[in-house]
Amino acid sequence: MILLTRKADFSAAHYYWNEHWSPEENVRVFGKCANRNGHGHNYTLEVTVAGDADPVTGFVVDLKKLKEVMHAEVVDVYDHRHLNLEVPEFRERIPTTENLAISIWERLERALPERLAGAKLHRVRVYETDDLFADYYGPGDPTEVGG
Amino acid sequence: MSGTVYLSRRYRFSSSHRLHVDSYSDEQNRETFGKCNNPHGHGHNYVLEVTLRGPVDPETGMVVNLVDLDAIVQERIVERFGLRNLNCDAEFATTVPTTENLCIAAWRILEDGHFGSARLEHLRIEETANNYFDYAGKDN
Repeated sequence: MILLTRKADFSAAHYYWNEHWSPEENVRVFGKCANRNGHGHNYTLEVTVAGDADPVTGFVVDLKKLKEVMHAEVVDVYDHRHLNLEVPEFRERIPTTENLAISIWERLERALPERLAGAKLHRVRVYETDDLFADYYGPGDPTEVGG
Repeated sequence: MSGTVYLSRRYRFSSSHRLHVDSYSDEQNRETFGKCNNPHGHGHNYVLEVTLRGPVDPETGMVVNLVDLDAIVQERIVERFGLRNLNCDAEFATTVPTTENLCIAAWRILEDGHFGSARLEHLRIEETANNYFDYAGKDN
């Protein structure tokens, strides 16, 4: 099996706010990230797929197709947007780096299987900054022992 | 439940060290450690990458509150080792302060940290841009 990783960048605004909490509680937990005017990041997305190299093409996946899906499902939806206000999943889900990784996995998992013959989504990594990133391996977490 | 997320955060500190084994002869030390055995020591800008693993709290969307994680790593690692001579730290009284041993020391120092429902999964220490060391506890 080969793991293949493709990167993409997007820039977006967000803030952290739990509607069920008081403003004071939001500021206590989320600090500066609770500013309702928002702030933003240059995110880097890394998508890793797993599969065997095709004996004829030598490809695990057709990178052009992977790139098209990453752009159609994620970059075109998130880039230069306010995540809380303009991306449906973040009306309910706080757009933390952790939740971005989960949401991007869900978006790709819906669209990728029919485009990627044989290969499987393995990992979604989202960098919020060079010094902070989240990894998600799907709800089954293949890195779990016995999972 | 959406499953487990791995959250990684990078920290920087600069320290000096000398690689030297007291029980070796001078020649053996020079042969084993080369330039790293310089009696006056030398230093690195280290990057510590801390990975925690846990469920995403449905109320906060977080594996761990970064303010809490930053405070723990800052106090226990960055302030302890940053701008210091590693050979003078009690941690390296009987071991050589290689980056391998620094990984093991940092793991021991951080593994009982209170990270809510997350736990320490992995440490990476970059000694330079060209070499880094990974450690995930003695059972891995």
